[in-house]
Amino acid sequence: MAGGVHAFLAEIWFGLLSLILMLYVVLDGFDLGVGMITLGSRNEHELGIMMATLGSIWDGNETWLVLFGGALFGAFPLVYGTVLHGLYVPIMAMIFGLMFRAVAFEFRENARRKRLWDLAFGFGSLLAALAQGLALGAIISGMAIENGRFTGGILSWFGPFTLLVAIGVVSGYSLLGASYLIVKTVGPLQAMSRRIALWTGWLTVAVGMGVSLWTPLRFPYIRAKWLGPDLFWLMILPIVAGIAFLMFLRSLRRYDEVAPFVWSIVIFAASLIGLAASLFPYMVPPNVTLYEAAAPSYTLVFMLTGIGLLLPIMLVYNGYQYLVFRGKITEAGYG
Amino acid sequence: MHAVPASIALSRGQFAVSTSFHIIWPVLTIGLSILLVVLEGLWLKTGNADYYRHARFWAKLFLLNFGIGVATGLPLEFEFGTNWAPFSQAAGDFFGNMLGFEGAMAFMLEAGFLGIMLFGWRRVAPAIHFFATCMVALGGSLSAFWIMVANSWMQAPAGGHFVDGHFLVTSYAAAIFNSNTPWGVSHMWVAALETSLFVIGGLSAWYILRNRYSAFFLKSLKLVLVLAFIVTPLQIYLGDGSGRWVFEHQPAKGAALEGHWETNPEGQAAAWSVIAWPDKAAQRNDWSVEVPGALSLLATRSPSGQVIGLKKFAPEDQPPLLPLLYYAFRVMVMIGFWFFLLMLWSAWYWWRGKLDADTVGHHRKLLWAWVVSIPLGYVAVECGWTVREVGRQPWVIYNVMRTGAGASALPPASVATTTVLFVVIYALLMVAFLYFAARIIRRGPDLDMPAPARRGGSLLDTRTVREAGDHPAKEAL
Ligand code: HDD
Ligand code: HEM
Ligand code: HEM
Repeated sequence: MAGGVHAFLAEIWFGLLSLILMLYVVLDGFDLGVGMITLGSRNEHELGIMMATLGSIWDGNETWLVLFGGALFGAFPLVYGTVLHGLYVPIMAMIFGLMFRAVAFEFRENARRKRLWDLAFGFGSLLAALAQGLALGAIISGMAIENGRFTGGILSWFGPFTLLVAIGVVSGYSLLGASYLIVKTVGPLQAMSRRIALWTGWLTVAVGMGVSLWTPLRFPYIRAKWLGPDLFWLMILPIVAGIAFLMFLRSLRRYDEVAPFVWSIVIFAASLIGLAASLFPYMVPPNVTLYEAAAPSYTLVFMLTGIGLLLPIMLVYNGYQYLVFRGKITEAGYG
Repeated sequence: MHAVPASIALSRGQFAVSTSFHIIWPVLTIGLSILLVVLEGLWLKTGNADYYRHARFWAKLFLLNFGIGVATGLPLEFEFGTNWAPFSQAAGDFFGNMLGFEGAMAFMLEAGFLGIMLFGWRRVAPAIHFFATCMVALGGSLSAFWIMVANSWMQAPAGGHFVDGHFLVTSYAAAIFNSNTPWGVSHMWVAALETSLFVIGGLSAWYILRNRYSAFFLKSLKLVLVLAFIVTPLQIYLGDGSGRWVFEHQPAKGAALEGHWETNPEGQAAAWSVIAWPDKAAQRNDWSVEVPGALSLLATRSPSGQVIGLKKFAPEDQPPLLPLLYYAFRVMVMIGFWFFLLMLWSAWYWWRGKLDADTVGHHRKLLWAWVVSIPLGYVAVECGWTVREVGRQPWVIYNVMRTGAGASALPPASVATTTVLFVVIYALLMVAFLYFAARIIRRGPDLDMPAPARRGGSLLDTRTVREAGDHPAKEAL
């Protein structure tokens, strides 16, 4: 029976980590997306407004990544050690990108000549998004892990499939960023965000379909999953994503302000749940399952009482911060 | 001496660079956030708008500092997985848990209320704002607590056992509250507070010397002094306690700190070297000035207590870089005593009535002493960490896992490249920080800034303000 309980705990943690990752991807996704969109503008006033839309929240958004890292470290130490080791280059690239972004944010406000920091912010966001996409692609592609040690090379993560996933992530984050800007801005900036949302929406869906077709062809473990008994349940997710995309297009045409953001989040959520469901029970294909990688039950329970119980509270006060700063941003500057 | 494989040496170098740089920023985050609580509390209690302006002024420095803290903390968390994969797997059950708690309790709390604390002055009622400020401070201190718990466990692993090189926790309470936790947590937390006090005090003294806003900054100087009255002697006590813990639990580190080679025979007191040059190759001090019998008293509190010497350990079990350890320790201790003396000196002036707004500017020596003390807390913190981490070598988990066994097998060229990138970026960050901090300080506080109403703040009020087009931008500037 102990095995059953342990497996159940491991699954709970797999679910919780998926949830935390989803929160991170959506929240920092729009945050990084806005960052990438700033690369398209040279107008200081516009740039200031775009950054002001993030002023009170970027730190909280990024903290979900810190939490994800810590929780993964504790619940699945085997995965933490091997995957990060194998993904040395993308992870370091992500860190450098996030570092540039964070400091550019603070320094820009104090600087007289802002161009340098604008670029650091934009390219930092792009680098971080790209690196996250590469890491994701590499994990889906599978990693060489034997006896709990990573045995591949420093560049084994690289390949055309990984690159395609990375393009999808970059365009998906831009989609989230553009739809967030529709909510927070007015006038020409909002009109521009609508155009970007439309283009990146199409691009994201195209890449998403490409990835969905390529994965089962290339990876037998996913083919087995998709053509197995779960087919019926798994089919729901692409249908939801498809409907969300149509609603997204409709809301753009109707000049809705909040709806495009909501629908792009739904697209993301459906894709991420699909991804988690396709990987399950693998954490690192093709041979590390979540059951093998999980920490002992005692650890999982201890973490659950700590982090699991705090999760709802964290959601409340993070949500409160959004509530306090709701409304349009029309002036540059954030502190 | 065996040659250390290049990738391990490089990973150690990278970790040393990135932690040593990270720690610079949290120190002020932790300490200053507490001072901001005190200032805002004083404002709410007394209604004196100067306290409000103080809070707004120091918050600018806080924000600048905070951003770099977050940016430099991120690499550390991930370095455990990238560069220290075997260590992460061996210790993850406990260690990862502590980092997870830090993220969930501490960082989230800080991040969740930071926006309100910095930009929410006119958007939420004063009581809620004060609550947000308290939560930011609580977050900073909790983060110090959890990270120090993780680190103290590496110094004194407890609460479980290693099975096939994997740590299985049997008691979280015993692992969290290991024998080093009380000393590690308290000494570090007080160090953050003390460093911040002398930064704020030093900057205040600088304004007074320049004759800018003297009355305004005399307030912060006096506030600092009141707190330093408690903190500076407390830190010496905690440092002494940490030292005695080291002699009891990590005798090789203790002996290295004091250049103590031969265990003193039963009933004979050990001599204390005030200054010396320890030489690992020769297994003795090249030269040394000693006080007979004093080490036994310092380390064991008894006149002839036994203090284990370095020669009890095989050279490969002795810490490396003995002179570095020896002098880092002495510099830290000297700074601790200097802070205490500076506090006494200033308190004496205050007591004699010499610290009043009209004449305080005449005491240039005292004020300059404060100004030059601004960086000293940071120096002490870096020295303290060197003592703690280099002194723990050759172990990454004391007496359990050697540092070499904890490192990932990465190509040296990759680690070298990222290390060079870190060094370059950190150097740029430091220059940019000093440049922008100097600008904030030169510009000085805004003494005409009107304080918001202390009472009321009903929903209706905040709504009116919001409709008037108030938003983060205006309030921050
Ligand atoms: C403002 C900073 C500051 C000041 C004035 C002092 N220290 Fe310290 N010390 C630290 C900041 C610090 C630190 C950076 O916070 C360390 C490193 C890790 C830790 O827990 O505290 C530390 C570590 C540390 C250790 C190593 C503990 C270990 O290896 O486990 C010892 C033995 C001392 N200290 C002793 C002292 C003594 C005897 C002091 C004064 C009289 C003193 N410290 C003042
Ligand atoms: C922030 C202040 C800190 C500083 C300045 C610092 C400094 C250092 C230094 C100089 C080393 C290299 C020692 C050597 O190889 O000779 C090191 C190693 C290490 N430290 Fe720290 N450290 C700090 C905090 C921490 C904390 C909080 C943890 C754990 C939570 C930690 C974990 C490690 C690990 C895993 C290593 C690598 C293995 C080793 O070389 O021992 N450090 N640190
Ligand atoms: C080597 C171990 C360490 C790791 C892995 C680490 C990790 C991190 C991370 C990931 C962040 C960013 C959090 C965010 O996104 O908000 C951060 C910031 C912070 N760290 Fe560290 N840290 C280490 C050492 C320390 C030490 C020794 C202290 C103090 C005692 C400390 C105190 C803080 C605080 C207060 C912050 C929050 C705000 C700020 O950055 O100024 N950390 N750390």
